Amino acid sequence: MLSSYLQYLISGLTVGATYGLTGLGFTIIYNTTGIINFAQGEFVMLGGMLAVFLASAGAPLPLALLGAVIGTVIVGALMERLTIRPVKNASVIQLIIITIGISIVIRGIVMITLGKDTFALPHFSGETPISLGGATLMPQSIWILAITGVILAALRFFFTRTLFGKAMLACSYDRKAAYLVGVSVERMVLFSFMLSAFVGAVGGTILAPLTLTSYDRGIMLGLKGFAACILGGLGNPFGAAAGGLIIGVLESFGAGLISSGYKDAFAFIVLLLLLFIKPSGLFGRAQVKRV
Amino acid sequence: MLRAIAKSLVVPGLFLALLLVLPFFLANEYYVSVLILACINAIIAAGLNLLLGYAGQISLGHAAFYGLGAYATALATATYGLPMEFGLVAAVGVPSLVAVLIGIPTLKLTGHYLAMATLGFGLVVFIFFNETISLTGGPSGFVGIPRLSLLGFTVESDLSYYYLVATVLALVILISRNLIDSRFGRALRALHTSEKAAQIAGVDITRYKLMVFVLSAAFAGLAGFLYAHYLTFIAPSSFGFLYSVELITMVVLGGMATLWGAVVGAFFLTALPEFLRVFENIEILLFGAILVICMMFLPQGIVGGAARLAGRFRSRKEENDG
Repeated sequence: MLSSYLQYLISGLTVGATYGLTGLGFTIIYNTTGIINFAQGEFVMLGGMLAVFLASAGAPLPLALLGAVIGTVIVGALMERLTIRPVKNASVIQLIIITIGISIVIRGIVMITLGKDTFALPHFSGETPISLGGATLMPQSIWILAITGVILAALRFFFTRTLFGKAMLACSYDRKAAYLVGVSVERMVLFSFMLSAFVGAVGGTILAPLTLTSYDRGIMLGLKGFAACILGGLGNPFGAAAGGLIIGVLESFGAGLISSGYKDAFAFIVLLLLLFIKPSGLFGRAQVKRV
Repeated sequence: MLRAIAKSLVVPGLFLALLLVLPFFLANEYYVSVLILACINAIIAAGLNLLLGYAGQISLGHAAFYGLGAYATALATATYGLPMEFGLVAAVGVPSLVAVLIGIPTLKLTGHYLAMATLGFGLVVFIFFNETISLTGGPSGFVGIPRLSLLGFTVESDLSYYYLVATVLALVILISRNLIDSRFGRALRALHTSEKAAQIAGVDITRYKLMVFVLSAAFAGLAGFLYAHYLTFIAPSSFGFLYSVELITMVVLGGMATLWGAVVGAFFLTALPEFLRVFENIEILLFGAILVICMMFLPQGIVGGAARLAGRFRSRKEENDG
């Protein structure tokens, strides 16, 4: 009994870490632009699919991973330059529809070029499970949690200690003021899309060995990432990461104890309840005051 | 008064006439089935347009209401063997009721939050359709829904089904048009422009938002009724997220806040894949591209853009004349 609980916890945290990374991507763009990028899940999918594609084309795994992340970052940059920057004064509905459209285009292109199959990426360091109090822990899970931790720490350093990171935060706080003190807001927006594509792609590549990947994985990952964001309080990067872990664990226990068929519903029922009761999220907005 | 009523009937009447003669120009039966589906899509799109175009509230979960209508009538008529009149009431009633329940908390939200909440709702309903296998048949679908028969009439051929669906669409347009021109419609447009200002001007925005949300859900349910009894088979895959996006595409492509836009968009996007059979998978990609391009370059859509172009042309002509 206890060992199966431990198993649920482990798999929940592992998947939850990627939800957290997806959520982090939402937060980065939201903070500099006020846009919710509905194509965020597609960055995650793209990371996984490109890695699979490059690996099967013969690239060694580390190179395939690197290539996948770079490729996704380029897509993120293109998306901002081609579709977000030209519509300066768009309404929220307009922006929502544009980013949804882009997510469909990305999904469609991947489907046409790479196919509708489900792919697996090789595990980073073998598939020998580690036994842990009756539960099994895949080495890949350790990779996922460690890389998520490293990215979180790096982002924290970036936003609080570097001038560039502070400039990005300044844009989120007050665009006009940031512009007046000499921050190139346009560049920051571009960079925020690249950064969130980077974070999403990393999430996609580290998850792909464990849960497989296919062209249509993005919708669910994006939605759960957003649920993580809302759970943690939209705009709060560390809230998003924590929210991701909570949703992952919740889902894993729900699937294990109630029904695996409703697995995907748990996250959204939580999301809906939260939106109705406390849209500012678990960790509230009070903590989000920065700069 | 009578003249005003007659005047308001002219355009939907002409439209109905156009719809009714359309089959005579089509070579085969297959196109009639495409037309039926186009009308069904147009009924939902017209309702969604009231919500999205006029009231400025986005719903990414409208496929769920469509599905609820379809499953409600399927359960009532096929599983419980109730008369089809009851199925119709259920198909409109269930989505409306669900819209009230979900709308009260959801419509307090705005922008991104509303989009995500409706999306989440749509997904939960979709999962529900898939998982309650004893009720819905699960992913393999619900079979054996009877063909439409109402008030003693049974609709046999596709062509007569088309006439029925076209008439319903014309009615939906008539209702929408009268609503838009009423106090209700003005209130919706007011809250679209500025919720705060509308509220100060005395518009009960919560009530109006909820009313238009429920109305659009009822239209979707009605479409679900027509769909279920036309195909006599339904499956969850018809009511998923992508269909919700397709509906938004119809409204956006035709033109938000123009009544005819949603109808034009629905007909165009239903017919489009038929011409694209050669490129089988490209359809979805195309929907996405249309959404992006429309929102970037033609936010008023085809009908809105054409109207603006015509307006510009007219004012230039007047300038020249004067």
